[in-house]
Amino acid sequence: MNEFTGNEIIHQYLRHNKKFPHVLCAGCGHGIVLGTLIRSIHSLQIPKDDVVLVAGIGCSGRLAVYGDFNTVHTTHGRAMTFATGIKMANPKLNVIAIMGDGDALSIGGNHLIHAARRNIGVTALILNNNIYGMTGGQSSPATPEGSTTMTNPYGQLDSSFDTVELAKGAGANYVARGTVFHVKKLEKIMTDAIERPGFSVVEAITPCHTQYGRKNKYKTPVDMYKWMKKAAVSIERYNEMDEAARKDRLPIGVFVENDRKGYEEKYYAMQANFLSKNAREGK
Amino acid sequence: MPRRKKRKEIFALGNEAVVEGALLAGCSFYGGYPITPSSEIMEIMANRLPKIENGVFIQLEDEIASMGAVIGASLAGRKALTATSGPGFSLKQENLGYAIMAETPLVLVNVMRGGPSTGLPTCPAQGDVQQARWGTHGDHPIIVLSASNVQECLDMTVTAFNMAEKYRTPVILLLDEVTAHTREKIEIPNEGEYEVFSRTVPSMPPEWYKPYEETVRGVPPMPPLGSGYRFHTTGLTHDRNGFPTQRPEEVTELMERIHRKIDQFFYDIQLVDEIQTEDAEAVVIAYGSVARSAELAVQQARENGVKAGLLKLKTLFPYPRRHQEKIMAKAKTIIVPEMNMGQMSREVKRVNMGRAAVRTINRIDGQIVTPSEILKVIMQG
Repeated sequence: MNEFTGNEIIHQYLRHNKKFPHVLCAGCGHGIVLGTLIRSIHSLQIPKDDVVLVAGIGCSGRLAVYGDFNTVHTTHGRAMTFATGIKMANPKLNVIAIMGDGDALSIGGNHLIHAARRNIGVTALILNNNIYGMTGGQSSPATPEGSTTMTNPYGQLDSSFDTVELAKGAGANYVARGTVFHVKKLEKIMTDAIERPGFSVVEAITPCHTQYGRKNKYKTPVDMYKWMKKAAVSIERYNEMDEAARKDRLPIGVFVENDRKGYEEKYYAMQANFLSKNAREGK
Repeated sequence: MPRRKKRKEIFALGNEAVVEGALLAGCSFYGGYPITPSSEIMEIMANRLPKIENGVFIQLEDEIASMGAVIGASLAGRKALTATSGPGFSLKQENLGYAIMAETPLVLVNVMRGGPSTGLPTCPAQGDVQQARWGTHGDHPIIVLSASNVQECLDMTVTAFNMAEKYRTPVILLLDEVTAHTREKIEIPNEGEYEVFSRTVPSMPPEWYKPYEETVRGVPPMPPLGSGYRFHTTGLTHDRNGFPTQRPEEVTELMERIHRKIDQFFYDIQLVDEIQTEDAEAVVIAYGSVARSAELAVQQARENGVKAGLLKLKTLFPYPRRHQEKIMAKAKTIIVPEMNMGQMSREVKRVNMGRAAVRTINRIDGQIVTPSEILKVIMQG
C-alpha cells in the first residue's frame, strides 16, 4: 500500500510553489474539503484548464487560490452570480462555486435559491462551519440555536438554517450533504455532483474550532471531529429512526437526485433552433 | 472610389439605440434586472441576443446578481452589457468596484431617474453624476460617458465598449430619461464602418503570463477563462501574478497603474462637442438632454447678438478639464444647467478657480430644463 498516493494526486493540482503556507488554522476542515474536491476532479479526468473555481469571501473563499485552476475570488455572497455568468458565457467549463455558510445562506441566499430554480449547470459547494470564521466568529444562519458567538454572547436565539431543505425547496437538481470526517463519502458525493447536469448542491460540514468549537464546549479540534462522527447518520438510516432518536443527529448522504438539463443547455438548444431556422430560410 | 453603402435608417428610442450600438460593438452577453426607465434595453436584448450566434441573454434575480453575471461573462471572454436606473445603480456599486480592481471590461448603462431612493421613476433627472464617479468605495479611476440624443446613444455605446476593452475597465454610460425615451430617426452604420476594439489577449506561453503585469499602456493582456492561462482573479489588492498582497510597494504599484492607464490617455477618453465656442463670452456647459436645450438657447442668443457657445460633455469623467480651460481664455460667464442640485457645476467650478462667473440652473422637480430658461440666464450676462 502506498500511503502517499493521495498526496501525489493533490500536488499536481495545487499552487504549492506560489501560495503556501495556507491561511487555515490547525484543526480546520477546509483543507479536507479542498482535497476531496481535487480528488473528485482528478477521478473525473477533467483538465485543469476546464475547471473554474469561483469562491466567495472568508476562509472558504480563500480555497480557490490554492488550486491550480482558473480561479475567481469574488465579493461576499456573490460567487453564485459570477459562476452563472461564466457558465452561460462558456458552457463547456466546469464551474464550481465554493461558498461558506454566510456566503450561501445569508448574504447570497437569494442567489442560491434562484440558481436552484434556474437549474444552472454549476456545482455549489457549501462549506458549513456554523460560523463567520475569518471575520472573527460572529453568528451565521447556520449557527445552532443556543450556541454562543461574538454577536450572541447570551446564546443564539434564532434557529439554524438547513441547507439541504432550502436547496430541496428551491428545486435543486442534486442535493447532498457530507462531513469532513466521512471523507470517502464526501468525495463520492462531490464527484457525483460535478458530473451531473444542472444545479448541484453539496453541503460539506466542516469544523471551525478556533471561532466556534472553542467557545461551545469542544475543548480540542478532535472533539469536533468526534461530534461529527457521532452525530452524522446516513439519510437511509435516519429515515428509519423515530423522532426521539433523530434528536441531535445529522443526516448525510444524497437527498435529491435528478438529471434535469441545465439552464445553459436549454438556452443553447433554443438558440440552435433559431439559427437552424434562419439557415433554412436563408437569412 | 467605392461608393459607400447606404446606411440603414430606423426610427428608434434612445434605449433601442443603445442595443444597436452594443450589438455593433460586438456585445454578446446581457445580464440584467428590469427597472424603469431602462427596461427597454433589457427587453430588446431579450429579443435579439438568443437569435445571434453565441448571444446570451439572462434575466437575473436582482441587480447585484446582474452585475456579478456580467463580470463573470467578461472574464470568460465576452463583451458584456447591463443596464439599470438609479436604485439599481446603487446596488451594483460593490461589484462595480470589483470590476475596476480585477480590470474587467464591461459596459453599465444607467438611465438616471429622480432620487434619492425610489424617487421619480419615469421623470428625467441627472442625479447620479457623482454616484457614477464615486459610488463604489475606495480610490478608483472611472470612465463615465453620456449622450444627448438618440444617434449619440448608439455612437456612445460603441465608444463605451471600445474604451472598456481598450483600457480593461468598466465604463458607465449615463443617460437621462428624456434621451432614453425620445424616439428619433437614426442611422445604423454598416458593419466595418465604425472602429471596433477588442481586448488584447496574451501571445506568450501560459507559463510566462502574468495577469497584472506592468505594460507600456498600463493595460495587461487578458485571456478568457478556460483558454489555458490559469490565473487568479480577485477583488483584493493583488500583485502582478494576481495573488493577494499587502506589501506597500506592490499595493502602490497596482493602484498607480490602474489610475495611470486612464490618466495617460485623456486625449482619447475625454470627448466633447464644441459649438460656437471660438469667440464665445457666455459658454454653456451641459450634457445629456439638457445639452439639446442649451444648443437651441445658444443659437437664439447668437440671433440676439450675444456671443454664446456650448461645450457639450460627452465624457463626464475623467472630467474634460483641458477643454474647459481652452474656452476659459475668452469666456466671461459659464452657465451650467443640470437636472440636479449642481453635481457637475462642482467640477466646472473646480477647474474655473474663480476666473469666470459661474451661473447654475438646477431643476430637481422631474422636469426638463427648457431652452428659454437657459436663454434667460445667457441674456442676463
